[in-house]
Amino acid sequence: MAASDRRSGYSRRAQYTTFFSYAAGVLGAVVGAALLVVSIVNPGAFAALRGAAADAAEMPGRASTDTRIAGQGFLSSITGYFRAGHQNAHLRRELQEAKVRLAEADATADENRRLRDLLGMAAQEKPIAVTQLTSSTASSTRRFATIGAGGSQGVTVGMPVRSKEGLVGRVLEVGGSTSRVLLVTDTESLVPVRRAKDGIPAFAQGRGDGTLQIRLINLGINPLKKGDIMVTSGSGGLYRPGTAVAALVELTRDGGIARVISDPAATEYVMVEQIWAPAARPAAVASDVPPAMLAPPATPTATPSP
Amino acid sequence: MKAHRFPPSHRERYRDRFRKRINRAPSPIVALSVPWISIMLGSIVPAWLVIASAPLVPPLGFLMLVAWRQLRPGLLPVWAGLPLGLFDDLYSGQPLGNGVFLWSVAVIVLDLVEARLPWRSFFTEWLVAAGLILGYLVFSLAIANLAGGATPFHVIMPQIILSTFLYPLVGRLVAGFDRFRLLPFRKVA
Repeated sequence: MAASDRRSGYSRRAQYTTFFSYAAGVLGAVVGAALLVVSIVNPGAFAALRGAAADAAEMPGRASTDTRIAGQGFLSSITGYFRAGHQNAHLRRELQEAKVRLAEADATADENRRLRDLLGMAAQEKPIAVTQLTSSTASSTRRFATIGAGGSQGVTVGMPVRSKEGLVGRVLEVGGSTSRVLLVTDTESLVPVRRAKDGIPAFAQGRGDGTLQIRLINLGINPLKKGDIMVTSGSGGLYRPGTAVAALVELTRDGGIARVISDPAATEYVMVEQIWAPAARPAAVASDVPPAMLAPPATPTATPSP
Repeated sequence: MKAHRFPPSHRERYRDRFRKRINRAPSPIVALSVPWISIMLGSIVPAWLVIASAPLVPPLGFLMLVAWRQLRPGLLPVWAGLPLGLFDDLYSGQPLGNGVFLWSVAVIVLDLVEARLPWRSFFTEWLVAAGLILGYLVFSLAIANLAGGATPFHVIMPQIILSTFLYPLVGRLVAGFDRFRLLPFRKVA
């Protein structure tokens, strides 16, 4: 088993074995490169294969979902304990600022009330399926998750996926009993949004690190403020208007950086919803449109690839 | 015979537990399948443990592949990157072919390094593994971006550091699997 096995010496047979195993290794790399070319040129080429694989791994995935949710509660208790001292000092400082913030909180409360109204409207329609996120691509730079509902539950490509709190992503590939979801934090996800308070239109694009880049459509003086809540605008017809997406945490020249309201890591149940306007089936959605250049009633997302 | 690697007290225990006893032998099926199964589990299990908003979780399947190749250089064939990488691709979220290509290249590189390097130590192995991890993550990012993503490089920095420092632990894990692999399960008539 050791390295010395490869020193084939004078044995012709051993030499051939070594040679062929190397040749097979190089062949593996060549096959891999060929597969890569195919999947880059045609992103959906292996969707069926991936769907079948996800279906096969569904049962243990579901079992581990419950464990994961329980484990998160446990972990947050522990980190809470370790952070207690630091947090105490922090809270004292924050108390000093509380009076100033109180005024802002009034405004936020008003914003929240509007938001709740909008969510109430959105919740009237029955979701296609209520399920859990069973796994995610935790080590890839792409942000996909697998949900435990697929073609057999009536899920189709393009349907928005949301949790109680807000938008999670949209269905990208459908298997038998699972689907692959493009999370809003993926760099290829592009959601048309507007500020909940006054409807300033913008696009929210994932940055791959759990935050979103908010790009305003009307350039000029940046009217956004920290803490502003962005909701889906319904442009393009994919996402129902008024679903909460993100809260601004940082301002940039042309918009801001926002934190996703419905953190997928903390999400227990998600709903798969109807595509809002049936006219906007993904096939009809043009790809390759530069995002920030579009007027509000335009393409919501470029066609993503896995 | 790997027993000489351990200090004497370990060696005694090692021999007691794993020596081919009368009437007992390691099962060849277990001995050969454990590396494959453990790497496949490494590809798939981290995806269940956390719904991640950022790429932070180390590519455990890849780390285990490297660790197995370093611990038992001849056990996995040179072409092992093809099937194992394909399996990883089905769940990793990378474009299909990413694992097949990069894992195959990694195994070949490991094989060449192992043939050239006359001496081995914990730190040289770690250094080689760290180089492979860096290369793997950077190329994975490049391939993902080529296929439609637009993730900036700084996003994977924490993952590179975490994976590099986790590698020795993965090595211990693989060593544990290796001991399990050679347990004398089978009853010889």
